[in-house]
Amino acid sequence: MKLLTLNFLTCAIKACKSSPASFPLHPRDVELEIVESDINLPFLKNILPRLMWAELRTIAAELGLPELPETAPTRDHLVEGKEEAKEGEEVDEVPSQTARDLHRVLLETTVKEGKLVCGNCAHEYKVMEGVPNFLLPGHLV
Amino acid sequence: MPDYLVRLVQMHESFRQAELQALADVAELSIEFVKYDNDSPFCIVRLPSDSAAEAIISRSLLSQGIYELWGQGATYDALHNSVKDISSAKWAQYGSVPFRFTLDCFRGTRDQTQQRDIIESFSYLGFNGPIRMRDADASFKVFEEYADKAPEPMYLYLGRFVAASGRDVKTTYDLKKRHYISTTSMDAELALVTANMALAAPGKLFYDPFMGTGGFPIACAHFGAVVCGSDIDGRSIRGTGGSARKGQTGKFDVRGNFKQYGLESQYLGAFVSDLTNTPFRLFQHSNAPSRGGYLDGIVCDPPYGIREGLKVLGTRDMLNDQERTTHQNRYKDAGYIPPKKPYSFTAIQDDILAFAAATLVENGRLSMWMPTANDEDIELVIPTHPCLDVVSVCVQPFNKWSRRLLTYRRKADSEIPAGALEMAKKEYEKGVRADELNNFRRKYFEGFKEFERQRQAPGGDPAKQVDGAKGITGPWREKNGSS
Ligand SMILES: C[S@@+](CC[C@H](N)C(=O)[O-])C[C@H]1O[C@@H](n2cnc3c(N)ncnc32)[C@H](O)[C@@H]1O
Ligand SMILES: [Zn+2]
Repeated sequence: MKLLTLNFLTCAIKACKSSPASFPLHPRDVELEIVESDINLPFLKNILPRLMWAELRTIAAELGLPELPETAPTRDHLVEGKEEAKEGEEVDEVPSQTARDLHRVLLETTVKEGKLVCGNCAHEYKVMEGVPNFLLPGHLV
Repeated sequence: MPDYLVRLVQMHESFRQAELQALADVAELSIEFVKYDNDSPFCIVRLPSDSAAEAIISRSLLSQGIYELWGQGATYDALHNSVKDISSAKWAQYGSVPFRFTLDCFRGTRDQTQQRDIIESFSYLGFNGPIRMRDADASFKVFEEYADKAPEPMYLYLGRFVAASGRDVKTTYDLKKRHYISTTSMDAELALVTANMALAAPGKLFYDPFMGTGGFPIACAHFGAVVCGSDIDGRSIRGTGGSARKGQTGKFDVRGNFKQYGLESQYLGAFVSDLTNTPFRLFQHSNAPSRGGYLDGIVCDPPYGIREGLKVLGTRDMLNDQERTTHQNRYKDAGYIPPKKPYSFTAIQDDILAFAAATLVENGRLSMWMPTANDEDIELVIPTHPCLDVVSVCVQPFNKWSRRLLTYRRKADSEIPAGALEMAKKEYEKGVRADELNNFRRKYFEGFKEFERQRQAPGGDPAKQVDGAKGITGPWREKNGSS
């Protein structure tokens, strides 16, 4: 599972959902794997304003990844200063270093094994073969 | 704006217009339907330009191609008059280019002599370039539409070819060639149509909460979206060491399917979860600065019927203290299986709508399949939600049963009447819904069994090749006698 997903996931327990501490889930004892892929600039641009940046930084820090800037970059930060375009010519946008760093963190870093832990109720969700399991035991539904 | 003739396929009729409209929407182009009839494969639309026509049709599954309309009429005399009337200004520019001129007869045939005579009747167009059956610079087609078994055509068109459809990809994604499928996999064509209806496109994020072996997310990724999915059955995601295909061994899983099509970089991954206890961040989350929808589209074929086992987490009866303690003590054990209870099919639809309202961005789309009885004493109810508009309802009829593809649009918050959003939030937070299972008519369930049989009947049926012992959901449940 790519790290971006963690920006959308909270604890599955209904009573936890409204508590700020249930998001983000905290990775614990995880095995990460880097799976390289082509950079997808349109996607990064689209998703950037939807990210919860502070929580992304928290997770990156907990995983020991290089520190992310304190404030979220803007869409303009994702594109290198555009080359002088000839009249009427479409120029491919060049991803900036910021875009490539984000791509590495969000879309190339994957959680293979380990646990995701709720900061509110401490429930642990296991990750097996890259697939987290959010099924709740009988007493927690 | 010029008129274009779309040559549709004459099947999945009620999906065709909705697909063209969706493709215009995703390309942000205006389309005006001048002529459309469910009984005809010919449709006339008004579009800004050839490039708009190409942009729309190149993704279409339910058409063959699009043509600039050069004339039409009920007889050849009428057609020739119409051609002279509306397109004479265009003839000269094709006067000397290599060209091709052919005939397409719908529900009729013409022998070679007739074909030649028809084509020669257009000699006044003055095309003097070389005739090329391949790689022609311009390609013209006469379309004849016949009534069933009629000797003469009832309507005629002349068109200049502009662009071919994207229908070929249905072969690329054909389930017969997919590594990993299950008995409930949606056929590739309709999965791709579903992705079109939901406006899957590059840059967007799509999700399927009932992903099974991943058919919908794969279709959305084909159109450029980044995708993820989940399912209550972890085996369907991780694979079971075999596929639903007889004779295949080795590890097959959803990831492998993405690899097969070279779409792995667009696959975020999957997780195991019950939609009614979703880990997704919902709108009431207090960390969120705003309402914070983040999904561009949700596509799914939810479970129904008995055999498919619509289950949600929970127990049929409240746990007593001792049982609670047992669960508490055991849940970390390797073999622990979370208890599940049956759930009603109408409740899960409401849950999907509420989930979509909470997680979609403004103008994001939900495309969801729903089976219904073609039965007068069962009222057809299209589920609704105050935050969602119904965009289209398409029907695939079977004998006694149909399934519908419902497409919704997430309204902007400003379009939602005051109070409605709060109401919906409260409803959703309450979470646990009455189990309406008992109110379900017996007939309804019996019908679904038949519906499933039919659904699995069409040609090249993967279901027949299922190796039940390998344990993909459907047959596995059946073998274990739960239906
Ligand atoms: C009709 S199948 C979808 C098949 C899928 N479109 C494919 O291409 O393989 C329905 C799926 O919903 C899953 N399911 C059943 N109940 C569920 C629930 N409460 N939450 C999430 N998934 C569930 C089943 O395991 C099954 O895989
Ligand atoms: Zn929790």
